[in-house]
Order: sequence, then structure tokens, then C-alpha cells
Amino acid sequence: MESPLVTALALLSGEDPALMQIIGLSLRVTLSAVLIASVIALPLGAALALARFPGRNIVIVFFNALMGLPPVVAGLLVYLALSRSGPLGSLALLFTPTAMIVAQTVLIVPIILSLTRSVVEDLWAEYSEQLTSLGAGRLRAVPTLLWDGRVSLLTGILAGFGRASAEVGAVLIVGGNIAGHTRTMTTAITLETSRGNLGLAVALGIVLLGLTLILNALAWSAGQWARGRLG
Amino acid sequence: MGAGPARMRPEGALRAGILPLRLDGVGYAVAGRALLSDLTLTLRPGRRLVILGPNGAGKSLLLRLCHGLIQPTSGRRIWADGSARPASQAMVFQRPVLLRRTVAANIAFPLALRGIGRAARREQVARTLERFGLTALAHRPARLLSGGEQQRLAMARAGAMAPEVLFLDEPCASLDPAATRVIEEMILTLSAEGTTIVASTHDLGQARRLAEDVAFLHRGRLVEAGPAAAFFTGCRSPEARAFLNGDLVW
Ligand SMILES: Nc1ncnc2c1ncn2[C@@H]1O[C@H](COP(=O)(O)OP(=O)(O)OP(=O)(O)O)[C@@H](O)[C@H]1O
Ligand SMILES: [Mg+2]
Repeated sequence: MESPLVTALALLSGEDPALMQIIGLSLRVTLSAVLIASVIALPLGAALALARFPGRNIVIVFFNALMGLPPVVAGLLVYLALSRSGPLGSLALLFTPTAMIVAQTVLIVPIILSLTRSVVEDLWAEYSEQLTSLGAGRLRAVPTLLWDGRVSLLTGILAGFGRASAEVGAVLIVGGNIAGHTRTMTTAITLETSRGNLGLAVALGIVLLGLTLILNALAWSAGQWARGRLG
Repeated sequence: MGAGPARMRPEGALRAGILPLRLDGVGYAVAGRALLSDLTLTLRPGRRLVILGPNGAGKSLLLRLCHGLIQPTSGRRIWADGSARPASQAMVFQRPVLLRRTVAANIAFPLALRGIGRAARREQVARTLERFGLTALAHRPARLLSGGEQQRLAMARAGAMAPEVLFLDEPCASLDPAATRVIEEMILTLSAEGTTIVASTHDLGQARRLAEDVAFLHRGRLVEAGPAAAFFTGCRSPEARAFLNGDLVW
């Protein structure tokens, strides 16, 4: 038998269409989830940082705890909501890429939200009097604080990307790992490994690792550059 | 910035607006500890008031209280226009917070908050940069400026808002003599244009150069308040005299 690594490299250099399709879908699902989760979690996290209401501490602890939500549980919750008898069953989204995007969004909203809250809270401690003095109330301060915290927030978004691209449980449950339709890199690795199809699994593993490395390298250089440029 | 301090004050520059500000028996306490007690003081329009006092006397607290950043726990703070916190005021903090963006964007920020349109804003920013000698630094990130440049930017940002009253908390602490002179000239120019100045300092030389009125604070109490000339030649309280002789006490 040929070594899995050799098979993997052959597959990658041959730009195997099935492989490319899996990679493309994975990226589409994860990037969509990161985008949607950011749009939801950045303003909400900032609002939670600035708002004062009874039960605020409970909400904070709740979202902190959700950062550790096991992907299979997130998948199960979304499955229950989307299954035919569930509240959103009529949308017929189960076993579609959309369902996977929803599940990953649920998974990473708590991460981005909690990190945003802590970043914005620290910034607000430094900025509050100055912003009040310049004429910005709490509400108006939100976009300003998000913008001034952009370098640190990028780390939070990246953590969300890392979690979404690495997880198997949620996409497996709500996507069903259907070949050519909902098969992602992580679900394919699981399947191919169990089938003894190690070449394809290793090829996907290499791509997954490479993507994560590249993204982190980009974010890190962006952070360094911004720190040098913006202080 | 004009060459010499232009001290002539055009009549029209004094707007009938938010001043005088009256503090009426104002106190500020935290956890039962009185940090400011029973302050009665009037900020008159068009004047330059210098708040003097040793470290920890309560100068910063008094300025923040006037500016509306902290609320008196006793007594009343009354603006002439009757509002709780008029918009036409600005403050330069003892440690100014600059936004993580360029010098020009820092000046533009409060103008945008006041609803000034893009074109007018750009023009106003350019004019402010020019006036405060910051044009060459316009596109530099504000956070990476030197201490003196940051202080100058904070002054410019406050000045650009064209406030009726400008609160300055130790505007020249930690600046070299040349930078101090530049800031003082800015203060005098803004004052000449009709902006009421309320500045704290513990630098007596600066107080002598800037003050028309003096308020002397000691341990959260207003020990003396009145015209500068009278204060420097014949202050009555032993605390103020000790402070002027350089052997106070906190
Ligand atoms: N939030 C607070 N809680 C408790 N004490 C405070 C608080 N803010 C200020 N103080 C105290 O009030 C006193 C006056 O503080 P303030 O900053 O007004 O002094 P200052 O006259 O500006 O001094 P400096 O010349 O050193 O700037 C100080 O003793 C300070 O420790
Ligand atoms: Mg102070």
C-alpha cells in the first residue's frame, strides 16, 4: 500500500474535483458563520460591556460558559430546532449547508461576544470620561470603541474561525455528511479515516492545517502592523 | 498661533450663553469620605480662572464636577442656561485619551458628533491643524506622538469644538519649557477669542502668567478665591501663603 502522505500529495497536486468541492464548501460554511456571528456578536458584546441592568452578571457568566459548549450539543440544539417537528421545521433546512452555517454560528457567537465584551469593557474604562466629554453618549460610544479595539477584536474573530473550522460534531449532526452536498473537511476526515482511506484524510488534514496557519499568520501580521501604526 | 499673546478681547466674542456657572455649597463624597466640601464659586464668562492647590487638593475632581463628569453629592451646580450639562464646553484631561487613529481623525471626531457635515468638517480640521501647528502631523497615528505633541493635539481637539468654556487639567504637566510656552499661548489665544478658561495647575509661574482669577483649594475646601493680583500680593489664609512660599503641605 502506498503511504497516505504520497497519496495525499498526489490528490492535492491533481486538484481532485471532489477534494476541491469539499474544501470550497468548508470555507463557505465557516466563513459565512464567522461573518454572521461577528455581525451579531460584536455590537451585542459591546452593548453588554456598556449596559447596566439587573441580571447582567448572569448574562455574562452564561455567555462565558457557552464558550465551552460542546459542538455536538450545539449541533443537537440546531437539529432539534430544524427537524421536521421542530419550531423551524417548515423551512426544510436540515441537512443543507445553511443548517451547518446556523450551527457554527451558534457555536461561535459566544466566543466573539465574550471576547468583545471584555475588550470593550477595558477600553470603556479608559475612554468613558473622554468620550463623554467629547459628546458621545454610551450608545454612540459603541462603534467608536469597536473601531478602537479592532486589533484585539480581530483575535476574537480569529478564535471563532478556529473553533468553527476545527469542529466536526455540529456540522455532522445538522449536515449529515452527504457527499457532494454537506461534506466538509472535518466530516470527510472522520469518515475517510474510519474507512481506512487515509490518503484523502491526510490530504484534507494538510489543507485544514495550512489554512489555519495562513489565517493566523495574516491576522498576526495585521496585528503587529496595526500596533506599530496605531499605537 | 499668533506671535504675541493677543489679550484684546473683542466685545462680540462674549456670547450670552451657558455662563456663569454657579457652584452652590457643592460637595463630593465617595464612600462617606468628603473629597470636596462646601464649595461656593462662580465661573464668570470670558475670564481665565486658575485653580491652584497642592497634589490631592481636589483640583481634578473640581474640574470634572464642573464639566459634568461627576455629580455633586451635595449642593447645586447651576448653569446660566438652566440645562444640566450644556454641550458648549470642552475639557483637556490631565492624561488626555487620544483615539487610535490619525491626528486629523481625532480632531474630526467631536465635530462629527456635533453633526457637522463632511465638507465643513474637513475644512475645520484643516484650519485647526494649521492653527495649532499640527499640519505636518495630520496623518500620523495620534497614539504614537510624543507627550508634548499629544498634549497639543488634545488642546487642538478641544479648541476645534469652539466651546464657551474650556476646562484644562494641568495642561502643561510634564512638558518642557518650550512646549509649555506653546500651550500657554494657545490658551491665551483661545481666551482672547472669548473662550472662558478654567485651568488647574500647581505651577505658580504658570498661574501668574495665565490667571485673571484664582481659586485656591486645599484638602477639598475652597480656601481662597478672587482676582489673581490680590491673591499673589496679599492672600490671607495661612495655607495659601505657605503654598506660595513653597512649603505646603497636603
Ligand atoms: N474615585 C475616587 N475615590 C476615592 N478617592 C478619590 C477618588 N477620586 C479622587 N480621589 C481622591 O480625592 C483627592 C483629590 O483628587 P484630585 O485628583 O482631584 O487631586 P488633584 O488636586 O487633582 O491632585 P494632583 O495635583 O495630584 O492632580 C485625592 O486624595 C484622591 O486620592
Ligand atoms: Mg489632578
